[in-house]
Amino acid sequence: MKLKTFKLGGVHPPENKKTADIPVVPVDIPKRVSVIMSQHLGVPAVPVVEKGDKVKVGTLIGEAKGFISANIHSPVSGTVFKVDGVTDATGYRKDAVIINVEGDDWEEKIDKSETLLKEIKLSPEEIIQRIKDSGIVGMGGAAFPTHVKYMFPEGKTADTLVINGVECEPYLTSDHRVMLEKPDEILVGVSIMMKAGKVDRAKIGIETNKPDAINVLSEKAKDYPGIEVVPLKVQYPQGAEKQLIKALLNREIPSGKLPLDVGCIVNNIGTAFAIYEAVQKNKPLIERVVTLTGKGLKKGGNFLVRIGIPAKNLLEKLGEEIPENTGKMISGGPMMGKAINHLDIPVTKGTSGIVLMSEEESKRNIIQNCIRCSKCVSVCPMGLEPYLLEKLAEKDMFEECEKEAIVDCIECGSCSYTCPSSRQLLDHIRYGKQNVMRIMRERRQQ
Amino acid sequence: MNPVILYSVGVLALIAAGSAIILYFVAKKFKVDEDPRIGEVTEILPGANCGGCGFPGCSGFATALVKGADKGDISGLACPPGGNETMTAVGEFLGLTVEESAPTTAVVRCNGTKAKAPSKLTYEGPTKCAIAHTLFSGENSCPHGCLGLGDCVDACDFEAIYMDEETGLPVVVPDKCTSCGACVRACPRDIIEIRPRGRKDRRVWVACMNEEKGPIPMKNCKVTCIGCAKCFDVCPPVANAITMGNNLAFIDGDKCIACGKCIVVCPTTAILATFEPPKPKPKPVTEEKEASEVKK
Repeated sequence: MKLKTFKLGGVHPPENKKTADIPVVPVDIPKRVSVIMSQHLGVPAVPVVEKGDKVKVGTLIGEAKGFISANIHSPVSGTVFKVDGVTDATGYRKDAVIINVEGDDWEEKIDKSETLLKEIKLSPEEIIQRIKDSGIVGMGGAAFPTHVKYMFPEGKTADTLVINGVECEPYLTSDHRVMLEKPDEILVGVSIMMKAGKVDRAKIGIETNKPDAINVLSEKAKDYPGIEVVPLKVQYPQGAEKQLIKALLNREIPSGKLPLDVGCIVNNIGTAFAIYEAVQKNKPLIERVVTLTGKGLKKGGNFLVRIGIPAKNLLEKLGEEIPENTGKMISGGPMMGKAINHLDIPVTKGTSGIVLMSEEESKRNIIQNCIRCSKCVSVCPMGLEPYLLEKLAEKDMFEECEKEAIVDCIECGSCSYTCPSSRQLLDHIRYGKQNVMRIMRERRQQ
Repeated sequence: MNPVILYSVGVLALIAAGSAIILYFVAKKFKVDEDPRIGEVTEILPGANCGGCGFPGCSGFATALVKGADKGDISGLACPPGGNETMTAVGEFLGLTVEESAPTTAVVRCNGTKAKAPSKLTYEGPTKCAIAHTLFSGENSCPHGCLGLGDCVDACDFEAIYMDEETGLPVVVPDKCTSCGACVRACPRDIIEIRPRGRKDRRVWVACMNEEKGPIPMKNCKVTCIGCAKCFDVCPPVANAITMGNNLAFIDGDKCIACGKCIVVCPTTAILATFEPPKPKPKPVTEEKEASEVKK
């Protein structure tokens, strides 16, 4: 049987998933953690604690502000040291709550036991409220507040829940490990999401480079009505929502529309697990699985990390140091992640991995002229013309960029990856896209 | 003669005559009266079309001037590259008096040279400040400092700003600068400022835009303003030119008398000037300092 995948474009970078067999281990809690208030897309949360306040694990410390925003809870117990700026992955300062750790005292309402709770007691509205209160965001990397996806606009309904177990980024294995170690919890989580979204079927897409995860989940899914596990051909960027819907359901989202317009809700595997914990165990999003990997590291690993723990603690837990020939450190996957300048940055809700890349791997080649080979056009999963968009954006021709549908770009980086002249396609396109979005926003406000 | 030729010539002549009549009436009906003064004022203007006045090109500015002249007021309109000379000529032509404005020039408010704020990272992305600004804080990790990729140089139509390879910072050539403001708009970090040239070309400015508390920027840059307000204290009451805000000192170019006292007291040498500052008097304070250093 031919495996399903999306039809347009796509690339297949070397997978390098060397940490796939390493079980998740928890990282020790340091003496001090910094919890950044803007861990999600949208408006940053507002700190609701002050210097000297006592907090427990799970205490609300940042309150969502505005429609697209998320609550933030204390990942540790202790005293608030101060509310101040800390340098984040990009080097800019962001508001954060810095907490001095004292013991490990949890809020009473949180169920710390490991027992599997299958029965869903809450109503759909209560589930959505619980997701909102628990500060759940998309765990794939973009960190979009999850409750927003379940608040349907008037007259819209969904028929299918799409669960992303693709993990198409090279190197990363955090979702893979969660699928192997917590399959039942994930499936209960998916059932909760089906109830919240009022849909009766869910499809979990997993690429065939994770055969063990496919086996475990398909076997267990037999006990859960409506959930189907679909093996997919390995191709990047299959984890993007539009591509995943195309691969699983053969539906296409028109330009400028959302998955809900074709009756779909898309969530990540990690999000399903977080929702299980929030709804069944009343545990807010205070920890996540992070992969630390790189060719220079002796083994790398997968870690259960409380939010706010500095990334360097992962390396300490591993008992290794930054390899000498490290050229770039990346928060997220190598295709869409962001380069970071040091490992002191705290882990956030969207940190799926830390990749240490060697100099030769990360070095950009000399930029040469575009030879009009059209490779970028053939790999673009959105059917755009990256070579043209690059030129237009470089010359600040934003009106033309808008006509060429630059806002449809999902910033997957396939064009830059494939360009034989090593042109900086995505850098310029992203610049153009940001400006076009700004112009469109200004137009709407008028 | 072939009748076909006769007919065609006749028909064409008729069409021509008909079109001519239509065109004549259309031209009468839709005649636009353009003020002849607009063209003449455009002639007086420098013709650089730099947009420094805030209008689209010199003819746009000329239209605004003529409109203003009809109301009898052209104050607030100024041509930065032409300066007072041009504006006086325009005023004479329109029969109005023009207030003389102090000549201005652009200054770069960052002194984080390669030596003072060493690079910790290597940036390999596109050489465009606007792009680098969205990605990270800069090679020297200062989120308020110059990125050194030269968007201001590209924006300048008068070759009045260039990149100093040694320092990695842009340098303004005041003789060529017309203070049109193109570089100010191009800089994503608002580092470039249009300031009065000052009497005898003496001007003083704080070459830093950092808004964080002292110790944080000091990690990245040795010449950052730490907001200690020493300059604020020494600024003579006659001038009272310095204001403090966001951990940063700001010198008002209109009030500054260029006495140079602030330059000397600045502990991080974040204040720059176009002239030699007065020599600091030998103080007993330095001895105390040395003593305390010895103790350490």
